[in-house]
Amino acid sequence: MKYWRTPLDIDKLKIPRGELHIIKERCKGCGFCVEYCPKDVLELSDEFNSKGYHPPVAARPENCVNCDLCEMLCPDFAIYCTRVEDEKEVAR
Amino acid sequence: MSAKQVKDTAQEIKEHPMEGLLRMDRMPHIWCSTCGLGTTVTALATAINQLGLDTNKMAVVSGIGCTGRVAGYLKLDSFHTTHGRALPFALGLHISRPDMKVIVFSGDGDLISIGGNHFIHTARRNVDITVICVNNFIYAMTGGQVAPTTPVTAKSSTTPYGCYEHPFNLPRLAASSGATYVARWTALHIRRMTNSFKEAIAKPGFSFVEVIAPCSTLYARLNRLGTGLDLMKFYHDNSVIKHGIEPKDADIDFQSKIVVGKFIDIEKPTYIECLNDANKHVFGDKYKPYGGSDGSY
Repeated sequence: MKYWRTPLDIDKLKIPRGELHIIKERCKGCGFCVEYCPKDVLELSDEFNSKGYHPPVAARPENCVNCDLCEMLCPDFAIYCTRVEDEKEVAR
Repeated sequence: MSAKQVKDTAQEIKEHPMEGLLRMDRMPHIWCSTCGLGTTVTALATAINQLGLDTNKMAVVSGIGCTGRVAGYLKLDSFHTTHGRALPFALGLHISRPDMKVIVFSGDGDLISIGGNHFIHTARRNVDITVICVNNFIYAMTGGQVAPTTPVTAKSSTTPYGCYEHPFNLPRLAASSGATYVARWTALHIRRMTNSFKEAIAKPGFSFVEVIAPCSTLYARLNRLGTGLDLMKFYHDNSVIKHGIEPKDADIDFQSKIVVGKFIDIEKPTYIECLNDANKHVFGDKYKPYGGSDGSY
């Protein structure tokens, strides 16, 4: 992430990290989470669930910042995010 | 599926944060892939969670249609009424139990077409209920017939060469009928929609939130608009947020810019306050006020 100026409290800032939980059997493969993930974490997988849809998979799980956008957009209550304690330092 | 696979699937399914407010035994729901209704339900559940309301004192009422199924999926007191009659039922529920928060969650065909008369009169009386109207521009569950919200030139199964009727502008209808809170969002504006639901539930008086949701199986297919995801991308590119404008300027044409925002937020005495004032004026001190925010009645 780029800043237009360096924040004064950059030493104290931490990037939160999240862990994704995907409930594959509930997914209907709409792709909302894949399209609107701001950190581009998700991808539609090649595997099928029992309904014949392709559930998403966390292709770049280390990028997840626990923004909860996928959880709020998912129409099938099939994905959610939990906060992981180990936070990353903000890169200058 | 073998016994081991069943066990693995069961272990995989963990607790979703919305599960406390949803009837999980009814999942998966009947809504199509890329429908916007599930997103709207998530926004309402998040709003209820964030407000920290007592869920034993909340009720959800729906009519018939795809959106009418919401009452069956939310783990609150809920009632699935006959077609168009969600508002009269909610009005009766509110008057008999003024301490309960009543939310009407229904579709455009149910609330505005078949229940249109109930809608204008519940808004006129300024009954303290929250109405969430999910507008997908079509009668989706019954096969894509033309609705009073279908934009001119949009195709439906009963207007295969394009709709030629003038559609309703729902915020304008609600505002001119007397609603005290009117907002419109699309299914993509999840955080703003959640905030709007919170404001609407907390608002005393008739609050109306229109949510524009994609219908992939009928509206998008009959009009060759792609999937619900393509409609979400369309909302992303074509929604214009204009708070506080006159609702008459918020018309929706076929695939035009969609004006969203909070249009009306005014204070007005509610139905029960007017009832108490009128009776106090007639009967004087003999009259014991009915209802009230503390639930005394």
